[in-house]
Amino acid sequence: MTGTTDVRDRADEDDLVARLRAGDEQTFAALVDGWSGWMLRLARAHVPTPSAAEEVVQDTWLAVLEGLDRFRGEASLRTWVYRILQNQAKRRGVRERRTVPFASLTPDDQGPTVDPERFQGPSEPHPGGWRRFPEEWPEHAALSREVHEVVTTALTVLPTRQRVVVTLRDLDGHTADEVCDLLGITVGNQRVLLHRGRAVVRDHLERYFTGTPTRSEVS
Amino acid sequence: MTCSEFVELVTAYLEGTLPADQRAAFDEHLALCPGCETYLEQFQETIDLLGELPEESLSTPGRERLLEAFAQWRRTSGGDGP
Repeated sequence: MTGTTDVRDRADEDDLVARLRAGDEQTFAALVDGWSGWMLRLARAHVPTPSAAEEVVQDTWLAVLEGLDRFRGEASLRTWVYRILQNQAKRRGVRERRTVPFASLTPDDQGPTVDPERFQGPSEPHPGGWRRFPEEWPEHAALSREVHEVVTTALTVLPTRQRVVVTLRDLDGHTADEVCDLLGITVGNQRVLLHRGRAVVRDHLERYFTGTPTRSEVS
Repeated sequence: MTCSEFVELVTAYLEGTLPADQRAAFDEHLALCPGCETYLEQFQETIDLLGELPEESLSTPGRERLLEAFAQWRRTSGGDGP
């Protein structure tokens, strides 16, 4: 996310907005190229198919152009674009699945993230201790095609809010504070959603690497 | 701290948001428990793998449509204006 169009500096951003308003096509093209990656991922967190995500991103850029004269710089340009994207994605995603407000946690976000069966019960010698240690994962090439697929599949089964938080944090490298700001959630809830999402992805990787069934398949 | 408690605190530990006493208990457990050490390593590896997913990009026609839309917008909005 540290591309050439990554604007961190207020002066840079004012300059960027000025160039866009002046109709500088190169600036717009650079911004589209620099930002569409994270926008597609985020759109994908809300809608079910890659083509729907592409349409959301297209619509977002059109809405950005339409609203550019109204942009007052109260939030950063990136945050402003993100909010437009979220509205576009929700509008489209609402047909596929119910959208859940980000601010509060749901039953999806509660309970243990590791199957309680893997820990000893109260009458056993070490209550809460592993019955059997997690099996070591074999050495593997950084991100093989297969591992890539396992991780991508795991992301698709996550509840939407967990997927959005994991996408922002671990795929796009936003900080916790940025994610809280973008989504309007507390630091605590951000951490819960992130932890649960990561734990599910780890579970899928574990199954792939060790050949054990995932929780969802057991239950 | 039990192993079942440990696994729920991993993200908070990695974020550096655990209170000092919990962090000390976490570190102590980590030093003594090979199972939780493995869990933590695998959790970190999961985060690393997520970060390696390739960036997506817009389709070429999609990108061109946007550049056309921009040119159109520039014409109709008169660019910078007076």
